[in-house]
This record gives sequence, C-alpha cells and structure tokens, in this order.
Amino acid sequence: MAASIDYESKIPNNVELSSDKRLQRALEHWLPKYLDWWNEMGPTDFNDKEIYLRTAVSVDSAGWAQFGHVKMPDYRWGIFLAEQEPNKKIGFGDHAGEDAWQQVPGEYRNWLRRMIVTQADTEPASVEQQRLLAHTAPSLYDMRNLFQVNVEEGRHLWAMVYILHTYFGKDGREEAEELLERRSGNPDHPRILGTFNEPIQTWLDFFCFTMFTDRDGKFQLLSLAESGFDPLARTCRFMLTEEAHHMFVGQTGMGRIIQRACELMKEHPDSNPREHGGIDLDTIQRYINFWSSSSNDLFGGEVSSNSANFFGGSLKGRAWEMKKHEDHSALEAFKTLEIWDGSKVVSETVPMRNAMNEVLREEYIEDNQKGVNYWNKIIDEYGIDYELRLPHRRFNRNIGVFAGTRFDIDGNLMTEEHWDERKGDWLPSDEDREYIKSLMVPCHEQGKIAGWIAPPNKGINGNEFDFDYVRL
Amino acid sequence: MAEAATAPAATASDRKHYDFDLRPDQFTHWQLSVEGDIARLVMNVQEDKGERDGYVLKLNSYDIGVDIELASSIQWLRFTHPEVKCIVLSGALDRVFCSGANILMLRTSAHAFKVNFCKYTNETRLYLEDASASSGMKTLAALNGTASGGGYELALAADRILLVDDRSSAVSFPELPLLGVLPGTGGLTRVVDKRMVRRDLADVFSTVAEGVKGKRAVKWNLVDRVAALSKFPEVVEEEARALADSVEKTTTPGIELARIAPDYRDDGFDYEYVKVDIDEATRTGSITLTVPDSVGPSNADEAYAAGAAWWPLAAFRQLDDALCHLRLEYLEIGTFCLYTRGSADVMLGIDAVLESGKDHWFVNEVRHFLKRALKRLDLTARSFFAIADEGSCFAGTLLEMALAADRFYVLNDPDSPVTLGTSTMNAGPYPMSNGLTRLQTRFLGTPDSVDEILAVGGTFDAEQADDLGLATFAPDIIDWDDELRLAIEERASFSPDGLTGMEANLRFAGPETMETKIFGRLSAWQNWIFQRPNAVGERGALNCYGTPNRPEFAYART
Repeated sequence: MAASIDYESKIPNNVELSSDKRLQRALEHWLPKYLDWWNEMGPTDFNDKEIYLRTAVSVDSAGWAQFGHVKMPDYRWGIFLAEQEPNKKIGFGDHAGEDAWQQVPGEYRNWLRRMIVTQADTEPASVEQQRLLAHTAPSLYDMRNLFQVNVEEGRHLWAMVYILHTYFGKDGREEAEELLERRSGNPDHPRILGTFNEPIQTWLDFFCFTMFTDRDGKFQLLSLAESGFDPLARTCRFMLTEEAHHMFVGQTGMGRIIQRACELMKEHPDSNPREHGGIDLDTIQRYINFWSSSSNDLFGGEVSSNSANFFGGSLKGRAWEMKKHEDHSALEAFKTLEIWDGSKVVSETVPMRNAMNEVLREEYIEDNQKGVNYWNKIIDEYGIDYELRLPHRRFNRNIGVFAGTRFDIDGNLMTEEHWDERKGDWLPSDEDREYIKSLMVPCHEQGKIAGWIAPPNKGINGNEFDFDYVRL
Repeated sequence: MAEAATAPAATASDRKHYDFDLRPDQFTHWQLSVEGDIARLVMNVQEDKGERDGYVLKLNSYDIGVDIELASSIQWLRFTHPEVKCIVLSGALDRVFCSGANILMLRTSAHAFKVNFCKYTNETRLYLEDASASSGMKTLAALNGTASGGGYELALAADRILLVDDRSSAVSFPELPLLGVLPGTGGLTRVVDKRMVRRDLADVFSTVAEGVKGKRAVKWNLVDRVAALSKFPEVVEEEARALADSVEKTTTPGIELARIAPDYRDDGFDYEYVKVDIDEATRTGSITLTVPDSVGPSNADEAYAAGAAWWPLAAFRQLDDALCHLRLEYLEIGTFCLYTRGSADVMLGIDAVLESGKDHWFVNEVRHFLKRALKRLDLTARSFFAIADEGSCFAGTLLEMALAADRFYVLNDPDSPVTLGTSTMNAGPYPMSNGLTRLQTRFLGTPDSVDEILAVGGTFDAEQADDLGLATFAPDIIDWDDELRLAIEERASFSPDGLTGMEANLRFAGPETMETKIFGRLSAWQNWIFQRPNAVGERGALNCYGTPNRPEFAYART
C-alpha cells in the first residue's frame, strides 16, 4: 500500500508528509476509508463530472487558490498549516508568555482531543447534509459553489485528522476513523451536534446554512486559531481562508434571492412575489429567524465551565484575541450577562472566562448583522420599504439559559400558548417549506438560472456567469 | 472551603428538615412505572428543583433530593410490588443517562454534609444490590447516553449494564482528572471488586475524563453489552426480559407502605415506636425503641395481613428514618444512648414469627429490611451506648442494636432486674457489611463464645449477660447513674473526628467485603481528599472547576 501512494503529488501539503513515516502509515489506513466515505456520503451522483474547482497546493498567494476542472473524487485534498512564526509565544490564558506548544501538553490532551473531534465532526457532517442538493441546483454556477464548499469541508476534515494522527497517537487514529463512522441523521451513530443531523433539503436552507451555521464555524476557528497548541492554531488559520468563501456563498446567495424578490415586487407591485415564482421577503425573514437562532445555539451555554477551562488552559481564545483584546488573562475581568432566573430575565455578572461562549456569540451576531445590512442595501436600492433583521438572541433557543422558555422576536417573554399562536409569523411554516420545495427544480443549462434567484454580478475567478462551471 | 456560609443550620429553630419517605406521586426527578414484572425508573432531574439554592442540576446531575427519591423507589417497590423482577434504570435526557453528583452542590456543601450525602447515596446503591440478591429484583442499567461519575457508579450497582453505541456515548469517571477527587460512591471499588476490571485498565479508565465507549467498554468489562441507537429500545426489552425470567417470584399482591415522618418537637422527634430525645446543651441524645404489649400476628399470613403496621417493620422503618434525620439534621449531637422498652418475651415471640415465616415473601422482605436498618446503625458516625436498664428488652432482634453499639451498659442489680435474650435472629439473618453476624464480629477471637451464647436460648439476666461477654460494663444500681453520666460526658468531650475514625475501625473487625471497602476505604479516602487543599483549598481542583481559575496543586505525596 505504502508504495502505491505518491504522497507529494496526490496530497499537496506543507507538513513534510513524504518524510513523515508515522503520518504516512496513519494515512494509509485512513485514506481508503475517507474515499469510501466520500463515495457513499458525498455528492456521489456527480462523481464523474468535471467541476471548476479551486484547489490549494501551497499556502502562498500563488498556490492557495488554483482553479481548474477536476472530478471530485480526484480532488487533491491537501494538508496545510499557516506558516510557522518563529519563537511563537502563547498569547492568552494561564500560559501566556510561554513558548507556544509544538506538541500536545499531557495535561490538556483530553480536552484538546475533545475540542478537535467536536469541531472536526461538523466538517463531514455538512457534506452529508447537502449530498442531494446538486440535483436541484438553480444554476451551474451555484452547483459549482456547492461542490467547492463540499470539497473544502472534506479538506477541513483532513486538516483535523492530520492533527489527530500526528499528535494524538492511537486514540487520535481511532477518533479519526469514528469521524467517518458517525453519519448525519444516522439513527445509530449520528453526528455529535444536533444541528448537523438535519438534512439540507432546499437551496434557501443551504444559503442560510452557509451564511449562519458556517459562520459559527468561522468563529470557532477564529478562537482556535489563537490556541497555545501551535499546530492547531496554524491549521485553523489556513482553514479560515477557505471558510470565507462558504460565507460568501451564503451571503451572496441570499442576496440574490432577495434581489430577485425585489425585482418581482417592482415588476408586479400589487402582488406577492410568490405568484411569480419568487420568494417573498417575509418568508426569507422567517428562514433567517430559524437559521440564525439555531446557529446561536452552537456557541453553547451562556455561563460555561468548559469555556473557562479552555481559555484558562490557553487552548481556545477569543476571536482576534491578540488583535482586539488587551487583557489576555481575563482572570480579573467580569462580564454582565442577561440570563434567565426561572421567572424573569436578570442581569448577572460572571467571571469573564466563564462567559467566553457569550463573548464569541456577540462577535458572531455582530458579523451576521453586517450580512443583513448588505441585504438591506439591496432592498434599499430597489426603493422598497422593507428591512430584514436578526431575531433577538433569546428567540427560539434550545441550548443555554433561555432554552425551554418562549421569547418573541424582540426578546420579550411570552407564554407557551401565545407562542403557539404567533410562531407561524416568525418561523417557516409547513406551507412555507412546501412552497420552497416546489421551487427546487433544477436549472442545469449553462448560462441559465432559476426564476427565484438572480444571477451573480460576476462569475468565479474572473469568468462570466455563463461558463461551464460543471461539465454535465 | 467556606463551611459556614452553606452548612446545614445547627440550631433547632432553623434546622433544615428532609423527607426521606416519598411515594412516586411525590417525585420530582424520577418517573416510576410498573408494568407486569418490570419496573421502569427514568431519571429526569429538574434543573431548578435542587434541595437548596445555589446550584442548577444540569444534565441529570443529582443532589440528596434526587437520591432520596431513588432510595424511596427501591423500598417501595420491594414491599408494594413484590412481583417486580427487574428494574430498568434509564435517563430521560437525549444522549445523557446521568452525569453524577452535582459539582456545584458538592463545592457549596459543608464537609459533614458531603460525607453524609455520600454515605446515603452509597447505601442507596447497596439497596439495588440487596434487592437483587435478597428479593430477586434485578436491575438493568439501560444507559441511553453518557454515564459519567456518579452516573456510572449508579449503573455499577445494577446486575447488567447496557450502553448505547452511538459512537459518542461513554461511561466515565472524570472525578480524578477534572476535580481532583474520587468516584466515591462505590465506583472504584465496584470496577475492580464487582466487575473485576483489570487494575491497569481501571487505572486508565479512571484517569481519562471522557471515559470509554463502544466495544472497548465491553472488552474491558465496564459494561456488559452495547447496542446501536436504533436497536436500543429493542435490546433494552430483551435484556430486561432475560433478567426478569432469571428469577421466580411471588404473585401475591404487595402491601401498602404507609408513609412515615417524624413529629418534631423542640428537644427531639417521635414516631409510634421510636422516640428520639436531643439535648443540645450536652450534644447528646437518646433513641428509645418500644416493643408492643403483645406479640400480635402469630404467623406469616397474619403478619402479611398486618402489613406495614406489623411491629418489626413499623418500628425499624421508624428507626431507619430517625437515623437519616439524625445524620443530616442533627450533626452536632454526637453521642446517643440506645434504650429499649417492653417485654423480652414479646420480642422473642415476634422473632419466632420472623423465623417461622421466612419463606413468605413479606416476612422475607421484613427480615431484609431489618438487616438494612441495622447496617445503617452500624454505619452511622455517632457514638452509641446501648443501655440495658430496668424495663429494657435487649433480646433477639433488639439485642442486635446493643451489639451494634460501641458499648453496652447493663444494669446488674437484683432489685432492678433486667432481661436480655437471644434468638435465631442473632445467628445469621442480620449480617453486617463484613458478612459476619454481630456476635461473630464481637467474638472474632473466641468463636466458641458465639455458640455458647446462642446455646443459652431464650432469655437470661444481667449477671449471665456479663458472664457471656455481652456487657461492656455491668454496674449495680449504686454506681449506675454516675458511671453512665461520666461515660457520656467523657465521650461527648472527645474530638468528633477522632471518634468517627476510631469507631469505624473498631466496629468492622473481620473480613473485608466489597461493602466494607466502599465505606471503609473508598469513602474514607474520599473524605480525606475532600478535606485537602488540593481539592478544596482556594486553588484546589474542586473549588476551581467551572471557575476562571485553574487548580494549583501541592505536589508532595503523602
């Protein structure tokens, strides 16, 4: 087996794979299983099609984005870490100022492994959730973007598996295999986080997912990119360059649906865009409410022991820890949070380290708001009086202190009965979902696009929209 | 460790009182249902309904309130649903079985409470094992998700452990790596002594916070079987059925188990047959148990008809309940005199029914209940002096109370006759944790003495009791009051910690069993660790857990 793999050409990398016997042996075992997984759980029906994909072959500006037509199973999933900084020091937590760890510190081995496995588990999960979506792609451009997201999620899995294989010994190898054994929505061995077990059935959901849920990923990666465990930090830093594209797909995808709605509203001022095959802004708002609230959950509880442990242990920082913050110990700092005391919302001051989930969630919500502003600008350009918004962070939560209690879209407390009456105004109804599903008719002709979404302003890598992004 | 702030109140007026005898319709944290010969106990801990403020019972973590419901369930099932052959334990949360004792609760509890909490939960785990061994009521731990710490310790008390295999649910002991303490509710002992996991693997298991899952958990014998998520309900049924079918049981209906609770007064509390007197000033008290005027039911059927009102069950449930209240509510009362009132002949008459009816399920249950109540007495960390004065009846079952006591004062004066006695109940039905009878433990060096005492049969007087080695001291009426007063005053003046340690060492002579190891080794070490700065100092692990601070250890090993 070893002799049959030409590592350098098959697996682009900057981790000296060709001379790392241990990693080679681990990969020999894992690679066939990964390909089996891709062939079983990836966008299998398009395996023999040539897709215009971006591949990273090195981490420098020339190499990180090379475009060309490639069949997905032949995609060169590489292993890349951002360049190592000489004399790197740990930036935060109780180990601030010490040399960054180049090996896993024994005392944090288990915590690190758990953090890495939890993060890694989401990467293949999203591929599984989206595996049938290409069949209903509104254009070849969008289909290509979906596949780009898919192969990069696959690469992110590789990146995490590299860390497990290289630094966590036998346990790491076992965890790497289990990442392929758990399957999204599988009744026996589901993915770790609930959100990643729901299939993505429509493109509106896909764009919401890449906008909101992938953005959770961005913030998790930002905080891990600060880690005192340098290989993890470097891996995450490189993953972030790719993650940005996923959010671009989400934000502009939603923007194009909104743009189409506005066009239809202008053309037919007296009727609902639905009557003309578009998606009305109210429905879009309900999808925003659903996806942003469920993604808010992914940051975990407002007050958390784990978050304190991870920050104190210099394992997981805040987003832009070194750039944005001055007190990197955060030991004497406190944060005042709104929490639910069982009967009302109250302010509570907690140690900053225990509030790190909420700190990250705040940054995340701020980032989401920028996307919403971008959409509202589109609406504004059409001279339409309508404003999309994010729901209040207390709205529709299933994790954290507000879970189990009902709040309206502005965060006001409400009774269960009142919620049942009103929830149809805020969250997609069965009828909404049926309608969106009914729009999911493929448009696979080059240069054409479905009627519920506008074409992009420009194509990929300087190409036109009318380009053979996928050779069907 | 800030003890004062949250220590249970020490004075009569604001003493916190517990209710140890609950029925399923009063439960907050467990759902109990019985269907045919299978009972289901589903743990569904209500986060904000902890026994006191200051902690949230997240992720099916428990406090004393949760465990009282569990203990009540097992007692209730044994008497009210004797047809049950299998209890299925599971968790109501998605992918979580139980995450053990609540850490914040432990951190904010005074040391004495922690020790008593731990003791009570240990006794409850042993209830499950006793139900299996003595009543043919097996337990299946159906772990629908991760069982960590005390959650896995609860599972270890079951006959079979079934774990869901969803590639993430595990059994684990995170105590040492995360909190710097031990899985002290029998966990370490049961892993090596009951499940006989290899010690090196047990070492690995007990230091990996996230635990062991799937096939490895089976291979290491941490669980008996794993089942895929979609097959899990089916396999639970199969396992429960197999356990139920492994035993033969009665189909006679159970009895109503009337609830018991003490009537509190300023200087103690009372039940029908048990009276507890407290003297706060001297930190002493007494427990008096009264035998009825006549034997009452003369055979098993009559006893069954009397049900919960039958004296041995009624009186010992009251004694058992009283001990729980004393342990958790009257911490500063350190020395107790044990008194009995009534006729030794009546007591021996009741013992005769306990013996002749032992093949009846109800009498069998009562015998085992008496056994457990007496064990609870053995395990209560207070000084006990049994006092055989005029009017007392330390005979048969009640002689066990005297043998459980640290000392036995017998009034030996012809003007104030005292009657004692033995019965077959002293010869085996009430073993101690060490597996021996109290007589065997008392006369470990002279086993012939046991036979000699049992051979006497029936009642005897104080002089003979002294000759047989039953009395610690047997003063006459002239010295009696003074001797007792001095002994009690002296006892109450000693260090309570020193006394607890001394008594626990002297009470359990003889062989080690899993039970003695749990209380004498695991709990004792745990209690030591719980007092050490590495756990509860300002930067101790238990204190730092969940806070911004990480623990700082003093690394010197003792």
